Amino acid sequence: MAEKAKDKTYRLHLMVCAGTGCVSNHSYEIKEALEKEIKKHGLENEVTVVPTGCNGFCERGPILVVQPGNIFYQQLAVKDVPHLVEEHFLKGRLVSKFMYTPPEEKKPVPVLNDIPFFKKQVLIALRNRGLIDPEKIDESIARDGYKALVKALTEMTPDKIITEITLSGLRGRGGAGFPTGLKWQLVRNAASSNGGGKYIVCNGDEGDPGAFMDRSILEADPHAVIEGMVIGAKAIGATAGFVYVRNEYPLAVQRLSIALDQARDYGLLGSDILGTGFDFDIQIKRGAGAFVCGEETALMASIEGRLGEPRPRPPYPAQSGLWGKPTCINNVETWANVPMIINRGAKWYAGIGTETSKGTKVFSLVGKINNTGLVEVPMGISLREIIYDIGGGIPGGKAFKAVQTGGPSGGCIPREKIDLPIDYESLTEAGSMMGSGGMVIMDQDTCMVDIARYFLSFTHEESCGKCTPCREGTKAMLDILTRITAGKGTEEDIGLLQDLALSIKDSALCGLGKTAPNPVLTTLRYFRDEYEAHIRTKKCPAHVCRQLNIYTINPETCVKVGRGCDVCRRNCASDAITGQKNEAHVIDRAKCIKCGVCFDVCNFGAVKVD
Amino acid sequence: MPKLKIEDLEKIREQVKRTTALREGSGFRAKVNVHMGTCGIAAGARTIMNAFIKELETRDVHDVLLTNSGCAGLCSQEPMVTIEIAGQAPVKYVNLTEKKAQEIFEKHVLGGTIVKEYALGIGSEKTDY
Repeated sequence: MAEKAKDKTYRLHLMVCAGTGCVSNHSYEIKEALEKEIKKHGLENEVTVVPTGCNGFCERGPILVVQPGNIFYQQLAVKDVPHLVEEHFLKGRLVSKFMYTPPEEKKPVPVLNDIPFFKKQVLIALRNRGLIDPEKIDESIARDGYKALVKALTEMTPDKIITEITLSGLRGRGGAGFPTGLKWQLVRNAASSNGGGKYIVCNGDEGDPGAFMDRSILEADPHAVIEGMVIGAKAIGATAGFVYVRNEYPLAVQRLSIALDQARDYGLLGSDILGTGFDFDIQIKRGAGAFVCGEETALMASIEGRLGEPRPRPPYPAQSGLWGKPTCINNVETWANVPMIINRGAKWYAGIGTETSKGTKVFSLVGKINNTGLVEVPMGISLREIIYDIGGGIPGGKAFKAVQTGGPSGGCIPREKIDLPIDYESLTEAGSMMGSGGMVIMDQDTCMVDIARYFLSFTHEESCGKCTPCREGTKAMLDILTRITAGKGTEEDIGLLQDLALSIKDSALCGLGKTAPNPVLTTLRYFRDEYEAHIRTKKCPAHVCRQLNIYTINPETCVKVGRGCDVCRRNCASDAITGQKNEAHVIDRAKCIKCGVCFDVCNFGAVKVD
Repeated sequence: MPKLKIEDLEKIREQVKRTTALREGSGFRAKVNVHMGTCGIAAGARTIMNAFIKELETRDVHDVLLTNSGCAGLCSQEPMVTIEIAGQAPVKYVNLTEKKAQEIFEKHVLGGTIVKEYALGIGSEKTDY
């Protein structure tokens, strides 16, 4: 059957997004409906439906891209399918009602490349986005999959591979940005004790809230990661590799397993790869979802079957990693970049990006942004371009306040720095970090103290408890932040937070603890006034910290506009509102529990919050 | 499955590329556009479409884009196709049959010679591809 499919010519390929976002929006049902409808019209020999990895424009899912022509259909439902099939695929008329219309325009944009979200993106790690079925190795091969592997195995020495990676300027995409070529060189040079052997590890333990780059790459193009790992293995002299991926990513685990089996069947993994005499195989290790296991020493402990706790470095994994052998750990996205560098050369790769940060970076764009999704952009692009040109700005015309990069380890970058070019150095200088690529956009309605508290509650929860600064320090910081958001903060709290943050940064055992204070430090640096408002005037400027809010009803608006509609009184959980229809309603502040329901249900803007 | 050699990998690549290349939307030398309005379908446009698919498949042609569009406005002369060779003016053919379609494919699309006896005219609307 596979043979037959290879030869079959179809005039239309319907690329249905089958990334996790679209799948949970029923894209598989749409695929089935399409197939049924196509059959009904007798088009099954003309039109084929192909499930692909994440298209990136998750906000608009489920997504269908029609090839040739690159026609972009969005937010499809099963009920739309019969019309679409008859109009477009049978009669050749594009259906504009399923197309995307950018917020400020009136006309829909039919072609994917003309949509602003896609225009500024440069695809390297996501090169096969929307173009292949990730469960078919042949489609990956047709897009030059495993071409770099052939080159690396037949034309390049390990030193030559490492030189190429070094010259490309590729740095770790997991967040810290360690030069990949240098890491490989260190592992290659490391002497392996007791019987030899070195390991390759792919870190897919993506845990930052709002981040889904690694998951999407594993789901959309698992062969890119496998190929990168085999090339890395050849370069450092490893014979076994592991992909550590969390079990909460069932689709990623499934597609990766399929890909590994197919690669093994083809002899692209295992012994004597492609008849070149090189042996290497990869296993999947599923993590149980502990955030700390993204830290390399904890990750290795977890692979070995021990408790996922970090240990002090040195020794670094390059010297003593898995089972004491030299081990090369790189992130999913880093591995996915490798084949492209080998194929097209270091010079090409180094031509993209900035002086110190080369290539592209994949970001997951979430939060208060119009175009939620997955984007790949050249390093050096400004935050403004990502947020406004690609992201389509802030919903409801609200003001942009800050962007949080790097997850719980990162920091909040304020509006004043919106023209900051994205690279490792400038983000670090701004007090944040590249991180694995989560980008959470916040608008005027976000309270920065509350955000810091949220991230601290996350790191406190995820702290493994091994070292005191992280275990106790994050708890102490969280307590202070909770106190401030409840209106019980004191003047000393800011100084105390700062001291705690700096000492945890210096003394924690691993990256989790060392970076946990970053959200506090950056919000203190850029939004100190918000902390002060909470402490001095007991007010939350964004009205997020409800305990600090005071709700009142404007009697005039209530009667004249709302005619005393009585909705607030009926919804009040604590019977704090009195009044009758056509009369002004009043909140009894002694009874009010500040839940904010009256504010939310009032259709006339009569309820005020202060 | 027997393990692949490097040549086998190349073979798969070339073979699959031929059927998936149209997803990347470039490298087409010619475009065959079958008009598939209700009038076209009623007059037998589906047969014409299938005839072209068969030609592409049996002759192993992969640089020709086969597509469809709505009614061309000359319903009485359906089924119709528009053939566009890159860099040349499009040609409309009318009153087609499966046999005529095969002939047009061989002579015009592959051979570059317009089959004048079936052609309506040369020129008219041009499309981008």
